[in-house]
Amino acid sequence: MLTINNLHASVDGKKILNGINLEVKKGEVHAIMGPNGSGKSTLASVLAGREKFQVTAGNIDFDGIDLLELSSEVRSREGIFLAFQYPVEIPGVSITNFMKAAVNEHRKHKGLEPIAPSAFLRLMKEKKALVEMEAKLSNRSVNEGFSGGEKKKNEIFQMAMLEPKLAVLDETDSGLDIDALRIVANGVNKLKTSENASIVITHYQRLLDYIVPDIIHVLYNGRIVKTGGRELALELEEKGYDWIKKEDDGK
Amino acid sequence: MKKDDDKIINEFANKEYEAGFTTEIDMDVFPKGLSENIVRAISAKKEEPEFMLEFRLKAFRYWKKMSEPNWAHLSYKKPDFQDISYYAAPKNTPKFNSLDEVDPELLDTFEKLGIPLDEQKVLAGVAVDAVIDSVSVHTTFRETLLEKGIIFCSFSDALKEYPKLIKKYLGTVVPYSDNYYAALNAAVFSDGSFAYIPKGVKCPMELSTYFRINAANTGQFERTLLVADAGSKVSYLEGCTAPVRDENQLHAAVVEIVAMENADVKYSTVQNWYPGDKNGKGGIYNFVTKRGICRGANSKISWTQVETGSAITWKYPSTILKGDNSIGEFYSVAVTNNMQQADTGTKMIHLGRNTKSTIVSKGISLGHSSNSYRGLVTVAKNASNARNFSQCDSLLIGDKCGAHTFPYIEVNNQTATVEHEATTSKISEDQVFYCQQRGLDSESAVSLIVNGFAKEVLNQLPMEFAVEAQKLLSLTLEGSVG
Repeated sequence: MLTINNLHASVDGKKILNGINLEVKKGEVHAIMGPNGSGKSTLASVLAGREKFQVTAGNIDFDGIDLLELSSEVRSREGIFLAFQYPVEIPGVSITNFMKAAVNEHRKHKGLEPIAPSAFLRLMKEKKALVEMEAKLSNRSVNEGFSGGEKKKNEIFQMAMLEPKLAVLDETDSGLDIDALRIVANGVNKLKTSENASIVITHYQRLLDYIVPDIIHVLYNGRIVKTGGRELALELEEKGYDWIKKEDDGK
Repeated sequence: MKKDDDKIINEFANKEYEAGFTTEIDMDVFPKGLSENIVRAISAKKEEPEFMLEFRLKAFRYWKKMSEPNWAHLSYKKPDFQDISYYAAPKNTPKFNSLDEVDPELLDTFEKLGIPLDEQKVLAGVAVDAVIDSVSVHTTFRETLLEKGIIFCSFSDALKEYPKLIKKYLGTVVPYSDNYYAALNAAVFSDGSFAYIPKGVKCPMELSTYFRINAANTGQFERTLLVADAGSKVSYLEGCTAPVRDENQLHAAVVEIVAMENADVKYSTVQNWYPGDKNGKGGIYNFVTKRGICRGANSKISWTQVETGSAITWKYPSTILKGDNSIGEFYSVAVTNNMQQADTGTKMIHLGRNTKSTIVSKGISLGHSSNSYRGLVTVAKNASNARNFSQCDSLLIGDKCGAHTFPYIEVNNQTATVEHEATTSKISEDQVFYCQQRGLDSESAVSLIVNGFAKEVLNQLPMEFAVEAQKLLSLTLEGSVG
């Protein structure tokens, strides 16, 4: 589904990604771990097409499409979803209106008519239940005055609404207490099918107790320096990242 | 990030004006210039009663002694009042009793603007008075309204059919001596709308006046008088557009509202006069005086305005809160793009006891435009327990525009509570990217964010027009983002 080939990217002239290679297949869950500043969030932004990140080399193939050729909104409509580490507030725009606009853009892209109001409300209700989101929350402005937990639930709720092929969860566990973490992780697990895939970016292994990845990658200095199974996360939890740094710096 | 912001902004400033077409119709136009003879000629043309001519002449003589105000945060070339024609009307107009008599070109013009005058087609529940250049061409649902005792017609018709009512209320809220443009209007106004809602009657439909400037080198000076008698209720809406022309055109209107005891008046404006081109060429000078008086106890006047057009806007819809417990509200969204300048706001004059006013102003500036809020809250000596809350928010899109807030507060009673809040914000690249990641292009994203910013005000508009206003806001912003 996704093939990243020798990806280099920089922001404001500063090199962040230095040759990422990654392949994600349908039905897989990948975790990307790594110390602060290793380039995890940059990778997420580049996948989503944020313009302030310049791709200087490499390419990304997404289901046969050259992803780097697409604007960020088209990437979204093609099925790439980014759950933000810091979801943005949009005052005065209710979640309902926001999602209606988004869902209809996705439908238009597929050549479908705008969704009927009743069908939309039903869809909202169903997806809200998935993340145990309070019914009233959708009348509030997007993320305005939300608690950390509400913001992250809202991200997973939006993901459920848009049913992406590939979901990138950027530090979705940050700022969550254990109950919210469980709810958010359950939501992600329920959305998993044999047709979609996710990339879970996290600093801690805690989240991986709930969302069990098939493959774990460790990012350091803008490159994937280690790939392994579940046991790699536990090893990192025990020993920290220093041994990885040493190993890599020693090369 | 800086670069992306710039990109958003640059592409955000290139929207064409959609109502900019002209209509080819035979016009009856007065020669340019202003003199006592012209004032007399206007009055004669309209076959006015004697008191009206006197009112005009007094106003004209007063105006001649006045000078144009320059305290507003605006810069423009002062209009040459001798280079304007003060009367222009589609030929053979004065009376259209049936739509069959109206020039099809004219009907077409209003259709194009989304204001069908055929009662079958018209928005259910909205009565329209259509004013083109200097005269009203048609008023819909007049008969239906009259069954309830509601008078809704053009100002000219009212002068003929209800001269006593006009004489009783004309100039009582905005005297001819009020200010330079109000005096000019009093001297040369040619038409407008008149509405009277009798005691205890709740007007069953929205009343609306649609103003269209068509002729070149003319000014539009209309006058609206709205009287809500005791215990009545009415919602009124005005809309306006003009063709694209290279020269500036003057629009100096006066609106007077009288609300008696327990009356409730809502006055909404969707202003979309031609704003001039990107370089500031052409556009309407919109110099308007709007004022209402809550004359009786427990009365209420609520102003809502969505201002997207005009090269220059100078406008302060105000309320005099004379009756005890009366309420004044002002909700405003003003968008300025390119070289547009707006100096707009309100005055709330608290005279009665327990009077309450609310001001919510949302300014959105783009391009090289300048957007100022100017508001005055006065609490008189006897206005015990008067309360005011003002909120002025500015949204800047780009770094070449300006937003200014000039709040004036005069309190002469210790029991008064006056609150003022102001914020200035920008649309962030983070917000736009967030929307894009959900599938919205940057233009839709900005439009969504702007509509969210203005929501409190848009929510005040009558249902039928809220959608229209949102669309208009989006159009004003269109073509500015990438």
